[in-house]
Amino acid sequence: MLTRRLPSRRNFLRGLGVSASAAVLAGCDRLDSLSQSDWFRKNVLHIGEDINTAVQRFFLKPTSLAREFTEADISKKFKANGSTDPDDPEYLTLAANKFADYRLKIGGLVENPMEFSLADLRAMPSRTQITRHDCVEGWSCIGKWTGVQLALVLEKVKLKPEARYILFTCFDTLEQTLDDTGRYYETHALEDAFHPQTILAYDMNGGVLDIPHGAPLRLRTERTLGYKMAKYIRSIDAIDDYSKISRGNGGFWEDRGYDWYAGI
Amino acid sequence: MTTAIDAAPTEHPPHPGGTVLVRRHSGLVRITHWINVVAVFFLLISGLQIFNATPGLYLGNYADFDHPVMSLTAANTPSGPVGITQIGPLHFNTTGFLGLSIYNGQWAARGFPGWATVPSYQDLATGRRWHFLFAWLFAINGAVYLIAGLASGHLWRDLVPSLRDIRGIGRSIVEHAKLHFEHVREYNVLQKLAYLGVILVFIVLVLAGMTMSPGLDAAFPFLVDLFGGRQTARTVHFVCATLVVLFIVVHIVMVLISGLWNNLRSMITGRYAVSAESETHAD
Repeated sequence: MLTRRLPSRRNFLRGLGVSASAAVLAGCDRLDSLSQSDWFRKNVLHIGEDINTAVQRFFLKPTSLAREFTEADISKKFKANGSTDPDDPEYLTLAANKFADYRLKIGGLVENPMEFSLADLRAMPSRTQITRHDCVEGWSCIGKWTGVQLALVLEKVKLKPEARYILFTCFDTLEQTLDDTGRYYETHALEDAFHPQTILAYDMNGGVLDIPHGAPLRLRTERTLGYKMAKYIRSIDAIDDYSKISRGNGGFWEDRGYDWYAGI
Repeated sequence: MTTAIDAAPTEHPPHPGGTVLVRRHSGLVRITHWINVVAVFFLLISGLQIFNATPGLYLGNYADFDHPVMSLTAANTPSGPVGITQIGPLHFNTTGFLGLSIYNGQWAARGFPGWATVPSYQDLATGRRWHFLFAWLFAINGAVYLIAGLASGHLWRDLVPSLRDIRGIGRSIVEHAKLHFEHVREYNVLQKLAYLGVILVFIVLVLAGMTMSPGLDAAFPFLVDLFGGRQTARTVHFVCATLVVLFIVVHIVMVLISGLWNNLRSMITGRYAVSAESETHAD
């Protein structure tokens, strides 16, 4: 009986193995098509990140600070990601003159639209912070950033009551498209825009911010992933809705499937 | 085989002494078990997709890119491209599986191969969506299991080994090595330790996952201190997931060789056949 049962069990297991690999292949295709289905993405796949946002909003107080480190903790090499050398003509012209002609334009839903030169921003009170930069890809680097708190700048231009988000439009085109939707941009909730560690950084690791890391001005929002921290900032606008901007999801990477509230 | 609990042996007993069916797993344990199977499956394949975005592991607060503790890379050699798995000072050629594998008929440099990830193609954004969706299913399901298990005493009664269990651990290892399985109502000591162990691994996994969040780190700064840095937490998350895979492999092998149908039935209907003798001696 034993000799008869063993081969049949082996056959059974072999059959199981064959059907399992067939099921795996069919399953892969099924999961790929679900991953690409607009309906499934919008109504099912999104749920996890919606809960993430709600839970983090609940636990994160406006005063919760990201950890600040010491000089000794700074990474030997700070990886530059996304655009690292923009070749947009407007940017190249400014860079050729070491950004002396750069003017940060702040407008949208504000009482006093204003322009700031780098000298204007440097003349304002500064904040220096040594923080951990977390990329959505999984790596982290620690760097020292000096800049002006965004809150100070926004107080000068005075937001209108209907303003709900702050829009950062950038110089760099990260993806070549026909309709300009490849230009980098980001939007932030007011809560994060007014956070004490949210700064417009012009210095990095004690020197002037270099081009790979976002010269002449980049955003630091230390409680979010790196893609929320727009580099090469061209202008800042207060807005009440981002659904009409670019592809409507509130940011370059958000338009490509990443979460808007990038706290995890 | 009889179906009544504590019944006498049948006329044609499959084993000397006969078997009886007992209620082994509560409805809650059975439901949370199968939800967990689905959740862990999707967490693993989406986790590998996320890992592939940076196919290396580091220690500390930041990634020292030149010194990963583990990495899956592809390299060109005179004899063609190879996939390399590096663990500490060790390097293995894993061409075809890790570091370099075939996707859609072409060699592709990627950590884990397409058949092991969701989606099968490289897409971090969608991998993250799958991961967080099933992370919440996993967390809520796990919380229900733990709270109910604590409230009902299941965890204490059935999973925490007794002093007698611990003393008999040597004998239990020998019995397992001989593939000799006693079918009784209670878990043996190795089962108890494995199930408690995997619960602990799951808890560490969740905490390490949370520590990778810059938002949660600002809300709960002790998380980073617990692991000694975000990159260490990412490494711990990966190691724990590997332990879970190891648990699943051993678990499935044990289910197969210790009586597939009896085990499966007990996790579906709750009823498990035990030797009648063990039941009359019990209590």
